[in-house]
Amino acid sequence: MMRHLISAADLTRDDAVLILDTAEEMARVADRPIKKLPALRGRTVVNLFFEDSTRTRISFEAAEKRLSADVINFAAKGSSVSKGESLKDTAQTLEAMGVDAVVIRHGASGAPYRLATSGWIDATVINAGDGTHQHPTQALLDAFTMRRRLVGRDTGLGQDLEGKRVTVVGDILHSRVARSNVDLLHTLGAEVTLVAPPTLVPVGVEHWPCEVSYDLDRVLPKSDAVMMLRVQRERMNAAFFPTEREYSRRYGLDGDRMAKMPEHAIVMHPGPMVRGMEITAEVADSDRCTVVEQVANGVSIRMAVLYLLLGGNEPAVTHSRTEEK
Amino acid sequence: MSKILIRGAKVLGGEPQDVLIDGSEIAEVGQGLSAEGAVVVEAEGKVLLPGLVDLHTHLREPGREDSETVLTGTRAAASGGFTSVFAMANTFPVADTAGVVEQVWRLGKESGYCDVQPIGAVTVGLEGKKLAELGAMHESAAGVTVFSDDGKCVDDAVIMRRALEYVKAFGGVVAQHAQEPRLTEGAQMNEGIVSAELGLGGWPAVAEESIIARDVLLAEHVGSRVHICHLSTAGSVEIVRWAKSRGIDVTAEVTPHHLLLTDELVRTYNPVYKVNPPLRTERDVMALREALADGTIDIVATDHAPHPHEDKDCEWGAAAMGMVGLETALSVVQHTMVDTGLLTWAGVAERMSLTPARIGQAAGHGRPVSAGEPANLTLVDPAYRGPVDPAGFASRSRNTPYEGRELPGRVTHTWLRGRATLVDGKLQ
Repeated sequence: MMRHLISAADLTRDDAVLILDTAEEMARVADRPIKKLPALRGRTVVNLFFEDSTRTRISFEAAEKRLSADVINFAAKGSSVSKGESLKDTAQTLEAMGVDAVVIRHGASGAPYRLATSGWIDATVINAGDGTHQHPTQALLDAFTMRRRLVGRDTGLGQDLEGKRVTVVGDILHSRVARSNVDLLHTLGAEVTLVAPPTLVPVGVEHWPCEVSYDLDRVLPKSDAVMMLRVQRERMNAAFFPTEREYSRRYGLDGDRMAKMPEHAIVMHPGPMVRGMEITAEVADSDRCTVVEQVANGVSIRMAVLYLLLGGNEPAVTHSRTEEK
Repeated sequence: MSKILIRGAKVLGGEPQDVLIDGSEIAEVGQGLSAEGAVVVEAEGKVLLPGLVDLHTHLREPGREDSETVLTGTRAAASGGFTSVFAMANTFPVADTAGVVEQVWRLGKESGYCDVQPIGAVTVGLEGKKLAELGAMHESAAGVTVFSDDGKCVDDAVIMRRALEYVKAFGGVVAQHAQEPRLTEGAQMNEGIVSAELGLGGWPAVAEESIIARDVLLAEHVGSRVHICHLSTAGSVEIVRWAKSRGIDVTAEVTPHHLLLTDELVRTYNPVYKVNPPLRTERDVMALREALADGTIDIVATDHAPHPHEDKDCEWGAAAMGMVGLETALSVVQHTMVDTGLLTWAGVAERMSLTPARIGQAAGHGRPVSAGEPANLTLVDPAYRGPVDPAGFASRSRNTPYEGRELPGRVTHTWLRGRATLVDGKLQ
C-alpha cells in the first residue's frame, strides 16, 4: 500500500479492491452497538480544511474517531492562514505538534501533492479534495456504493466493477469528483460515459479513458449507474449555459428520464444536491437514489483508507475483536 | 586600459583566430597575433561571440529589490555572457514616465556589468487604457525606443493601433505580450491534455495567437513595425511566418525555456515550472526550434523573471509566474539548437546579439567581431557539461527550472567595451 492518497489514478486495481474490501469490514463496525475500533489509538490525524466542506470534514472525523485516532480539526478561516501564513508553514506547524496524518482539503489543484512531495513534512497526506483536480475518497465511496448495489455486498468482496456502465452527468470541467471517478472506475473495469454541455467538458478530455456524449437521453438506457454532479448556478453567468431552466431541461434528471434507465440502475450524487437544477425532488427521494447510502459508505471508505495508510498491518476487525474480549 | 589577447578562439564558431583588444575596442583579428604586455586569454576550443543582447529582462528595480536589483541582475547578465539587457517596465512604480526610466538607466550605468536599456510602458500603469508619455521617455537620458506592457497585453485594439502609429515618429517599436485577457481568466497552465488531468485552469494557445494575428494586421494597416514577445505556440509561428511572407514588419522572440520544456513538467505541481506564457507541448517546442532556425522567429530573449523563494515554495495556484534565465540562456540554446544541428554559432550570434541589438537599437552592441568595433565579447566553452547549480547564480533569485539538469556550454569570459566583467566564470 502507498504512503499517501493523492489521486485515484495512483491506485492499482488490487489497491482499490483491497480498500473496498476493507471498507466492507469497517462497515460491519457501524452495525455494532459500540462503533469503535482501537486501530489508530495514539495516532493523531489533522483535518486541514482550507475550503469549507462540512460534510467531507465530518465524514473524515467520524472515520478517524471510530478508529480511535486523536483528531484535530483545522479550518483555515479565522486562523493564521487568513493572515497570510503559507501552506508550508501551516503544515510544518502541525507536524511539529506530532501529527501522523494530514487530511487536506484545498482550493488549489495539486496542493496535497505539493504537501506530500516537497519535503515540507513527513506525515501521511490524504487528499480530501483539491481544486478541480481529485477527490479520491469520493471516487472510492462511489465505487463501493456501486459494487454493493450492482454486484452485491458479500458477492462483491474481491470483485471489481468489470463491465458496469457508469454515466457521469454535469459540470465535468470543474469537477474533481468526475476526474477521480473516471480514473478509478476505469481501473476497476467499468465503462464510463461523461454527459455534459460541451462548454463544461475540458479540452483534452479525448485522452481520458471514457466516452463523452452531449445527449443524456441516449445514454440513460445503457447505464447501470447514473451519477449526477452538482452544477453551480453562477456558471451560467460565465456563459457555460444560458439559463438554469435550459440546463435542467437538457441535462437534469427527472422522473421521466429516470424511467428510461434499466430497472436495476441506480442514481448517485456526491452532494450537496441542487434540487430543481440537476436533479428533481422526485428522483432525489426515490429508492433508486443512493445519496444517503453514499454518505454512510463514505465513513467506511475513509476508515479503510486511514487504516491502510497509517500502517494497519494486521486485519482491522479480527484484531480488534480479540481486543474487545 | 591594458591590452587583452584572446588566443585561438573560434570566432563565431569558425576557424581559430586571435583577437586583440586594445582599450574599449577590438584592435585586430588574425592569426598569430602578439602584443607586448597584453593579458593573454588562452581560448583554444572556445567560441567567441559578440556580447549577447537580451531584449527581455526583468530587473525588478525599483520596487521588488527582494527578488532582483539592477546590480544583481546585471551581474547575472554578465555571468550569462550578456553585455546589454533591456529592462522591462513592470516595476513598482511602473516605468511609464521619463523619471522612472532614467532611474533604471542610471542604476545600469552605475552597475558597470552590462548596459541597461530601459523599456518604457505603453500605457499608464500598464493598465491598457491611456498611452504613457512615450515621447518623453524617448527623449529622456534613457533614450527609450522599445515600449511594452509586458506582463500584461495591450488588449484594447484601438490603444494598440495608436501606440503602433505614435512611436513611428521617433522610430520606436512596441513589443507585445500577446495574451487575450478574457480567454486567460484564471489560467494556470497550457490548456490541453495535461491541464484536463491536473484540473488547472487552461491557458489556450488561441489566447496568444488571436492577439498576434490582430497585431500583425494592425501593423500592416498603419505601416508600423511590431515585435512579439515570447512566442510559445506552433500556431503563433504560423501566423508570424504568414505575416512575414506578406511583408509585414514583424519581429518575434522565443525564450530558452520554451525551446526546451513542456507542460508535462507541470505534473509535478512544482511552481518552478509556472511561467507566462505557459510551457506548451512537445509539438510547440519543435515548431519554435524550427522557426528560430529558419528565421521566422528572429531572436532568443530570456524573459528572466526573478521571484523570491517564498513565491515559488507554495502550492501551484498561489505561486508567481516566471523563471530566471540570464545565466542558463546560452546553455539551453546550445543544447536545443546548436547540439541538434539546427543552428551554427554564427546563427546563435545573429539571434542572441546582432538582431536583438538591431531591433532594440542598442548602439555598440551586436556588432561584428572585427577591428575597430567595440570590444563587447563573450567567450564560451562549448565542451563543458555539468549540472545547473542555482547556488552559484549571481542573480538574487533561484527560480530556475533547470536545477540539477545537465546542460552543455559555459560562458567563461565576458567583456564590456574591453573591460572584463567575467573571467574564468568569475565575476570581476
